[in-house]
Amino acid sequence: MPSTPLTAKTASLVSCTICHLLIRKHPAMDDSLGKCPRCGATLRSRKRNSIARTWALILAAFLFYIPANLIPITKVTSLGVVQTDTIMSGVIYFITSGMWPIGLIIFVASVFVPLFKLIILTFLLVSVQRRSCWRQRDRTRLYRLTEAIGRWSMMDIFVVTILVALVHLGAVANIEAQKGAVFFAAVVVITMFAAMSFDPRLIWDIKELEDARKHPA
Amino acid sequence: MKAGSFMACHDCDLLHRIPAISEGMSATCRRCGASLIKTKKNSLERTLALAITGLMLLIMANSFPFLGFKIQGQVRHTLLLTGIQQFYKSGMPWLALLVLFTTVIAPLAQLLSLIYVLLPLKFQHRPPGMFHVFRWMQIIQPWSMMEVFMVGILVSIVKLAKMAQILPDIAVFCFMALIFVLAACLASLDPHLVWDQWEKNGCHPPR
Repeated sequence: MPSTPLTAKTASLVSCTICHLLIRKHPAMDDSLGKCPRCGATLRSRKRNSIARTWALILAAFLFYIPANLIPITKVTSLGVVQTDTIMSGVIYFITSGMWPIGLIIFVASVFVPLFKLIILTFLLVSVQRRSCWRQRDRTRLYRLTEAIGRWSMMDIFVVTILVALVHLGAVANIEAQKGAVFFAAVVVITMFAAMSFDPRLIWDIKELEDARKHPA
Repeated sequence: MKAGSFMACHDCDLLHRIPAISEGMSATCRRCGASLIKTKKNSLERTLALAITGLMLLIMANSFPFLGFKIQGQVRHTLLLTGIQQFYKSGMPWLALLVLFTTVIAPLAQLLSLIYVLLPLKFQHRPPGMFHVFRWMQIIQPWSMMEVFMVGILVSIVKLAKMAQILPDIAVFCFMALIFVLAACLASLDPHLVWDQWEKNGCHPPR
């Protein structure tokens, strides 16, 4: 049987999250260890209240996801005709007008990625709370993926930014941003914070806990 | 990083003894596969050169006309900042701030802090507070979203193509070049180049 893997935590060390400096943790110290002597970041063995914070942010994002998809994000006025668009109606417009690749890009970036991220983070939280040992390496990879793709959801906000800047010709053609865009931006920012507050090291802590229980020192 | 020193994986906390790594090689965590170290050839010079190029392009991208829009003989020229201004005017200051931060402030802060830290290092000087500046640069990194904005530009051009003629201007080309320069700049950066200066200074973590 392989011996217990030696992690920074089991070796009474703390690794700085920013600059990776290893600092010895004195047994008298509690969770907060002050600042990193090198880069000044707050030192913690694990991110603070990682599970509770991530849950709170995920729930907030799920709530905001509903108005973000139901409330229009743009209002187009063209020669007196007013039309409001939600994210999905924009996607449907592109698909029906034969430009399905663009429709697909918007769908993936604005609808699929935020939802995928929320579902993956929920799954990671539940699996950590259930102390699951199932495919830890793949779950860590999944976490890295959610961290990397989140930013691409901002694309639709940028599209609206460019549209309102360009199409501003009074009665002839005018595009205005609507409240849905604010909710949507909130979803993107909150899910990014949610991914940052989750600590992937919790996925691996289970192994050390189990080993410690089986072979008490 | 010095061979023989220890490092913990940032994703799974496993301790690793750093092997001797020659330039251009990288090391990954043997348990979870996270990238631990990536050494680059001429990292300092390359990153510095690209950061200075990037700064010039960023200034140009923000000062020259960005996109033109032609409909029924009317032409409208816009700047990169026009849309942000429009958000602010229509009562969405937070949205304006978010777009301003992700497309202008974050990349600018990133490039300036890279130049602030790396330029003196090139000449064997240590600028005051360099480790704090470098930490903030790393914190800001996920919020710099120029490449996402670029895809946004392409989507909007396609979206408006039926309605009017879109005239790309100087700033768009600067912006496009900037995305590649910024990506190359960050790819050639080896953060341990900066962090290791601390040990060279005779500092060590308290035991």
